[in-house]
Amino acid sequence: MDVFLQQCLNAISLGGIYALLALGLAVVFSIVSLINFAHGELMTLAGYAIYAALLFAMPLPVALCAGVIAAALAAMAIERVAFRPMRRADATSLLITSFAVSVILRVLFQNGISARPKPVALPPELSGVVTFGPVHLSVIALASIAITILSLAALSLFLTRTTMGRAMRAAAEDFQVLRLMGIRANRVIAVAFGISGALAGVSAALWIAQRGSVDPLMGFVPVLKAFIAAVIGGLGSLPGAVAGGFALGIAEVLFQAFLPPEALPFRDAFVLSLVVAVLIWRPDGLIPAKTGRRS
Amino acid sequence: MIPMSSAPFLTVTDLSVRYGAVEAVHGLSLEVERGSVTVLLGANGAGKSSTLAALTGLAPAKGGLHFDGLSLTGMMPEEIVRHGIALCPEGRRVFPSLSVADNLHLGGAAHVKGEVLAARIEAELDRFPILRERFHQRAGLLSGGEQQMLAIARALMSAPRLLLLDEPSLGLAPKVVDQVFDLVLSLRDQGITILLVEQNAERALDIANRGYVLQSGRLVLSGSGAELAGSDLIRQAYLAG
Repeated sequence: MDVFLQQCLNAISLGGIYALLALGLAVVFSIVSLINFAHGELMTLAGYAIYAALLFAMPLPVALCAGVIAAALAAMAIERVAFRPMRRADATSLLITSFAVSVILRVLFQNGISARPKPVALPPELSGVVTFGPVHLSVIALASIAITILSLAALSLFLTRTTMGRAMRAAAEDFQVLRLMGIRANRVIAVAFGISGALAGVSAALWIAQRGSVDPLMGFVPVLKAFIAAVIGGLGSLPGAVAGGFALGIAEVLFQAFLPPEALPFRDAFVLSLVVAVLIWRPDGLIPAKTGRRS
Repeated sequence: MIPMSSAPFLTVTDLSVRYGAVEAVHGLSLEVERGSVTVLLGANGAGKSSTLAALTGLAPAKGGLHFDGLSLTGMMPEEIVRHGIALCPEGRRVFPSLSVADNLHLGGAAHVKGEVLAARIEAELDRFPILRERFHQRAGLLSGGEQQMLAIARALMSAPRLLLLDEPSLGLAPKVVDQVFDLVLSLRDQGITILLVEQNAERALDIANRGYVLQSGRLVLSGSGAELAGSDLIRQAYLAG
């Protein structure tokens, strides 16, 4: 019972990280039809910002916020410097630009900081367990789930209650008409990148809390998974990204926990077969995006 | 009703619109008088929508575009609407997954905030009572006629001085078409100048002060509504007889 519950918590907390990352990809994709491959580097950058803030003896909550803000600002800077000049370019050029940004950032991390992992010291309370009667659950998994839920709720309030949030949903459906209403395209795109970066920052905080170190390639694997999650969910669909993220995280943890030991090396093969099955069943993803006209 | 002044409100001189190798509009000149209804007629692909796209900054335009003493050439769509030109685009193009409320909100949010915005929404709901009934529904679930009303209301949320209407009667039931044309007249009576693109030449010329006819991107005929309704070209091409 104990193990099963703990595995469920792990599954949900990993799924939450994938969901936040996939959501970051989807927010940008839904508006500018760009798959931002530099998303992983945003996550890594947030990791280093958290590491640096802790080095300067800042309290943990402050350091985590610093990571989120750093990633959001970096995402907006990347949009301004790399993607805005390419606004009229085709999808392939945008894709290659995002690869270039990703490689440049990775080299900067490797040569400017260190190719080796930097340990991030977390307060010991976080690695403890809480006990509910007979059940022991890890603090990190619970905190991670709570933060994921808070982030999703905040984003959903933003998208439904604010003018900018409504504008972002409208931009995903018909950007031209949104501009006709007088809403500035550049501002909507900048905010979309900022939110995407902030989501990468939150994921970085959760990821580091579970692994305790930062390295230049930290963002690569989780963002690759998040990309798969976004595709399962329906590329460009925000609810789809969340569903896909949780589905993938839960599938990974459950296979990890309950596959027989001799089949464990093939865990990813099992997970990806499941992905293929989902896409055969629903080629546009679990919750397909509404395709609109884009400028 | 606003008194008509003699200086043209909108002047288009020698306008050309080119998409890559295709020239959609060629050397078009026209004038829209303040407080009038002006109609742009022509078959599919004649360049009517491209002209409206040029006027709103959506299409690359060469030539002179002057609105109330202001040159529009090179302006972005976001700026042009701030100067008082709103486009209600062809095919309605409401935001389908957003509610009627959110569609209206976005129509006005760049121009006014808070209580003024709420008051404008309220005024549009008074103008279109059906939108009040559908206020919290998603726009994609409305009927064609309701979506057209929403698209016009959304364009009016910016309180335009010039309203560009692109085929507002297309695909609507005859009763709803009547409503649309009545609405155009009542908007004109409230002082909003109208530039109307239509396939329904008979109805459009009926309410037009002035009309222009385009063919393959060129102006082939212009005149008052009555003159055009009596012309051979229009009778043969549009009025079936």
